[in-house]
Amino acid sequence: MSGTRTPAALVLEDGRIFRGTAYGAQGRSLGEAVFCTGMTGYQETLTDPSYRGQIVVQTAPQIGNTGWNDEDDESSRVWVAGYVVRDPARTPSNWRATRSLDDELRAQDVVGIAEVDTRTLTRHIREHGAMRAGVFSGDALASPDDMVAEVLASPPMKGADLAGQVTTDKPYVVAAEGERRYRVAALDLGIKSNTPRQMAKRGIEVHVLPASSTLDDLLAVEPDGVFLSNGPGDPQTQTHAIELTKQVLGRQMPLFGICFGNQILGRALGLGTYKMRFGHRGINVPVLDADTGRVAITAQNHGFALEGEPGQRFESPFGAAKVSHYCANDGTVEGLRCADVPAFSVQYHPEAAAGPHDANPLFDEFVTLMEKSK
Amino acid sequence: MPKRNDIEHVLVIGSGPIVIGQAAEFDYSGTQACRVLRAEGLRVSLVNSNPATIMTDPEFADATYIEPVTPEYVEKVIAAERPDALLATLGGQTALNTAVALHERGVLEKYGVELIGADIDAIQRGEDRQKFKDIVRDVGGDVPRSAVCHSMEEVRKTVAEVGLPVVIRPSFTMGGLGSGMAHTDEELERLASVGLEESPVTEVLIEESVLGWKEYELELMRDRHDNVVVVCSIENVDAMGVHTGDSVTVAPAMTLTDREYQHMRDVGIDVLREVGVDTGGCNIQFAINPADGRMIVIEMNPRVSRSSALASKATGFPIAKIAAKLAIGYTLDEISNDITGETPASFEPTLDYVVVKVPRFAFEKFPGADPMLTTTMKSVGEAMSLGRSFPEALGKAMRSMETKRVGFWTQPDPEGATLESTLEDLRTAHDGRLYAVERALRLGGTVAQVHEASGIDPWFVDQIALIGEVGAEVRDAPVLDQQLLRRAKRTGLSDRQIASLRPELAGEDGVRTLRHRLGVHPVFKTVDTCAAEFEARTPYHYSAYEADPAAETEVAPQPERPKVLILGSGPNRIGQGIEFDYSCVHAALALREAGFEAVMVNCNPETVSTDYDTSDRLYFEPLTFEDVLEVVRAEQSSGTVAGVIVQLGGQTPLGLAQRLADAGVPIVGTPPQAIHLAEDRGAFGDVLRSAGLPAPAYGTATSFEGAKRIADEIGYPVLVRPSYVLGGRGMEIVYDEASLAGYIQRATEVTPEHPVLVDRFLDDAIEIDVDALFDGEELFLGGVMEHIEEAGIHSGDSACALPPITLGRTDLEQVRRCTEAIARGVGVRGLLNVQYALKDDVLYVLEANPRASRTVPFVSKATAVPLAKAAALLMTGMPITELRERGVLPPEGDGGQLPVDAPVAVKEAVLPFHRFRTPEGHGVDSLLGPEMKSTGEVMGVDTSFGTAFAKSQAGAYGSLPVSGKVFVSVANRDKRSLVFPVKRLADLGFEVLATSGTAEVLRRNGVPCTVVRKHYQGSGEDEPNIVEVILDGGVDMVINTPYGNSGPRVDGYEIRTAAVSRGIPCVTTVQGAAAAVHGIEAVIRGDLGVRSLQQLQASLRDGS
Repeated sequence: MSGTRTPAALVLEDGRIFRGTAYGAQGRSLGEAVFCTGMTGYQETLTDPSYRGQIVVQTAPQIGNTGWNDEDDESSRVWVAGYVVRDPARTPSNWRATRSLDDELRAQDVVGIAEVDTRTLTRHIREHGAMRAGVFSGDALASPDDMVAEVLASPPMKGADLAGQVTTDKPYVVAAEGERRYRVAALDLGIKSNTPRQMAKRGIEVHVLPASSTLDDLLAVEPDGVFLSNGPGDPQTQTHAIELTKQVLGRQMPLFGICFGNQILGRALGLGTYKMRFGHRGINVPVLDADTGRVAITAQNHGFALEGEPGQRFESPFGAAKVSHYCANDGTVEGLRCADVPAFSVQYHPEAAAGPHDANPLFDEFVTLMEKSK
Repeated sequence: MPKRNDIEHVLVIGSGPIVIGQAAEFDYSGTQACRVLRAEGLRVSLVNSNPATIMTDPEFADATYIEPVTPEYVEKVIAAERPDALLATLGGQTALNTAVALHERGVLEKYGVELIGADIDAIQRGEDRQKFKDIVRDVGGDVPRSAVCHSMEEVRKTVAEVGLPVVIRPSFTMGGLGSGMAHTDEELERLASVGLEESPVTEVLIEESVLGWKEYELELMRDRHDNVVVVCSIENVDAMGVHTGDSVTVAPAMTLTDREYQHMRDVGIDVLREVGVDTGGCNIQFAINPADGRMIVIEMNPRVSRSSALASKATGFPIAKIAAKLAIGYTLDEISNDITGETPASFEPTLDYVVVKVPRFAFEKFPGADPMLTTTMKSVGEAMSLGRSFPEALGKAMRSMETKRVGFWTQPDPEGATLESTLEDLRTAHDGRLYAVERALRLGGTVAQVHEASGIDPWFVDQIALIGEVGAEVRDAPVLDQQLLRRAKRTGLSDRQIASLRPELAGEDGVRTLRHRLGVHPVFKTVDTCAAEFEARTPYHYSAYEADPAAETEVAPQPERPKVLILGSGPNRIGQGIEFDYSCVHAALALREAGFEAVMVNCNPETVSTDYDTSDRLYFEPLTFEDVLEVVRAEQSSGTVAGVIVQLGGQTPLGLAQRLADAGVPIVGTPPQAIHLAEDRGAFGDVLRSAGLPAPAYGTATSFEGAKRIADEIGYPVLVRPSYVLGGRGMEIVYDEASLAGYIQRATEVTPEHPVLVDRFLDDAIEIDVDALFDGEELFLGGVMEHIEEAGIHSGDSACALPPITLGRTDLEQVRRCTEAIARGVGVRGLLNVQYALKDDVLYVLEANPRASRTVPFVSKATAVPLAKAAALLMTGMPITELRERGVLPPEGDGGQLPVDAPVAVKEAVLPFHRFRTPEGHGVDSLLGPEMKSTGEVMGVDTSFGTAFAKSQAGAYGSLPVSGKVFVSVANRDKRSLVFPVKRLADLGFEVLATSGTAEVLRRNGVPCTVVRKHYQGSGEDEPNIVEVILDGGVDMVINTPYGNSGPRVDGYEIRTAAVSRGIPCVTTVQGAAAAVHGIEAVIRGDLGVRSLQQLQASLRDGS
């Protein structure tokens, strides 16, 4: 924060403007303003492909304290469209840090803004919903009317097809740790590095496939199971992934979906999806297992959700299914389980990163499912 | 899983008196527990000897036993009450140890009482260091290399393997008592032998040093469905090596990546499950090697702790309240989060602010004590603050300390300080080390240098560097414009700090005027557990400055009910403790009930007053003029402020009264001019003169000659003290000219601006303490307490009895007349405390305090009258007649007219001498004097003085002996008066030991006794001196009255410190000895029963 202080502005589509100073790269960046309540894990958050097209507001006031390291990236790059913080660290401190967050944001050309009253902003988003926004600094800073006009001209998140923008170009393989016991075809809709890593730990060889992969592409790797990853955008746009999922279900192949993958499975089973007012983005979300009544504290990042009621059972084209998990805070559908086909999904992140590991055993369940179906 | 239906009656054990390491936080947790359990329809019985607590108010339990928290007394309560379950995890180490003892004695089994919260095995697994380490290793965690040792030989063998330095931790002691770090063989010998002595099981852990590692704590909760949540992470600014209670700490952890944090969380949860804390809270401490990230588990408390109170206030997640619900069978997802109202407690709070806690020390009270911070806790209190950044929160916490230094630059640097000397200072931890961090940076030190010297993480050092840079900008800017001022405030700089940096702004007032003119005000944000994700229902606010002038403030309009602001008492310290919080809480309760909106302002996280449930609104803010004024402004803009109450929080708010009034803030109750009349010596003298009341003669001097002249005139002994004192600071009784010269020489600050007061000291007078209410017309005498020690012992350190045991009706009438005259003369509206000395039938006025005193809770409990509630209502304009009509006060009579069969209550002070040592490892003197040294108090209540006194002693120190050896050595002037009590002890079968002079007098009066060598005579052949005899356990009680100054020169010092280190009763006054004899007789008679406060008070009300 020393040296020259370049003014910057965060402009919301409803005309509200938050002033601050430039952070990271300078310029202009448009996206959907959302807030994330995690107190740790900004590096994982920034590199999470699910944040594609979003301007992330950190509610934790001091960010960048542990700098940036070469190990915690969840993908090959920073995906957020813009970054909003209150107080960035000047001196990072961690034995693994190799550079500062500020350096990394500049290097990756991420436009950020600091010294914003992030709490007022968060309350605004809570009351008025996640909305289109822009971060403007340096030469891009213009009159309020012009900036609002630019924001209003940007595409909304509802109806956005973004998975194609973040998926891998080519298939790649993450080798199993130790002996290979299973092979999984993971459809990359925006997968995070820790997901294949968690599977690899359990003896799974993970074939990460582009979002556009066909059933034949999937079958070509002779998988024991199929995995649907997390990812950005509106699930309603994912006709291809939904169709592919139906085919997988029809073949009785073990299937596990997380986050976006939960919505894809749900739609394949005939449930609807909707855009939430401001979503769940944090690492403290309590999820109740409808069967056991036990609570897991989970990492979440979603702005869309499945329609349904806690514990609800329903008939699908693939037999009986139920809402197996729900959010203890607001009753949002957090997981599905099929009775007649070997498929289940959760709305949260068992791979965490960032976040608590309470849901990690779900990967073991996937293993069990594959074992049973062998 | 719903509530268990097999529990109908729970016994809650409190933590007893406030001591270092176990303070008001257990009143907060215990009060929450009692409230919750009763709200669930259970019968609640409670044992706690501490009268100053809210939890021992009769309305918080069905049966409140103000009895010693010892297995003997708790067993009596169990026998009388026959509860189904015992909840001991909310009363600190004392309650937990008592529960373990009850289990071991078979009491729980005998009466069929189930221990809920944590079972015995879990307690043992958590507290037994070896078992605990095994558990950590079993779950894949890492621990320091170490060994448990039971003798010095084992200690030496272990150190030969592990290498120095090592940490020494005695088992089963609280607050790290007896632990320390040994860098040399010499230190090892000293500390390990002390540690073995302090441990009730003669066991110490010798451990690889992790000095300089980063230190963290997690607060966890588990329910019986095995759901676990981490409520809060806490990071210590001071690296490993300083007790967490003495460290500056921050929540949430600031310098962990998610990987490190989640690893800590995983290990914490695994450990919690393996230890087997079934339901409730626990805290686990971790250390991380900053060089490579290796994380080890240090220790665990399988109970609610000081850190849980801090975590509760820091996050808004009420750990104790939820622990109590979990203990009776609920699961986390069944309990709602009060703050959001719509989400459950099964979540992990997330913060959008930073919390800083700074400890408050009292080394000035214990001359000679080693001020270095170690793994033994030494602080007596703490303040917490919330800000939107670490610098902002740190600034607020530092100015909450109420010490001379109120933040960086507010006091000059130590003379001759250089970068080198400052870096050297930083190598050892001491109170206020962060001031040295700032100084080192200012003198040109780098972040790396400061980190290397102090072990403080570079991130924190850099944040202090940022404060320094902003400070320099403020100092050097040609003009202090709005933007820079806003930036300074946002970095936590107070108006006073800015005034120090810009002298031309004419002080703090000038800065404030400028700031207000520029429209720079804080906004008030809300503690909501969820970083604004959900709407908060509880108005729990803190101030923050945002860069954006249009930043949102969250104080909701409330135009209907008039508001009354209650200013709390800030961090606990010796002289201003939990008693004042008690009065503030009562005021809040009474005002809410009377239809006001009660608004609390305080910064002490340990207290009930800072529970968001206590008031309608809570502002967690420093009690400085600047911060209070901004709160008043915020409240005035949200509704109508009827007034501010300054007389319940002790000296802290009282000191703000005049400035607040000058700023146009309405002060209710005794007006500031009246406060001045009582506080200013000259003005008060005039009040007394015009009322015809005598006071001891006095004079003011600025030199030895002047002091000598006054002393010669009024006669020795004299009481000398600096003119500006808090809690009797710097007071001494001087018996002759030589000591007077010595005092003046030591009192370095004697100047014309800071003269010394010389008062006639009334030797052998009876001291009387009075708490009263006055409404301008009528006086309500709340209670008249007779001190057991003579005048000259600070009233806070003196034991006292209510009703007064030796005062006659005429004495009481005289007290009433005088008190009323003072109340009228001063112009009191509310509470008044007066101290008198009765000598030769003349009642001298020693001092008057126009505020709630330390004894208000004691008086309220002893007389069944809620004085503080009455005072709060009185201040809002309700006269005493109306208070009587409304039933707040009794319909007729008052505390000066108690029925003859009223129970007798004895208050005894609890002193912290055993926690302090000189740098050489000796104890510090335990002598009482005019300077207050106690940290807390207990109450003994029974039908007669002897039994009540015996209970007070059992509650404070452990029981009085009923047989064995008593050592007597007294000053010449006391020899005559002690013959009778000592003879009585001999008759009761005690063997009397005495030094030659005392022995001579005793023998002449027919008391058989054995002569023991004096300490300064050294040990003879086969003849140990008295100190050696005491240390050897050869004495069961000491009676030693001192003569002259305290200090190592006096033989008595060694005797008293030996008694303290052995934990045997040590009586230092003639009156105390007589009372002890009464008590011993009562114990021998064996008629010490237990009676609940409700029963005792019912008899009081029926009797009146």
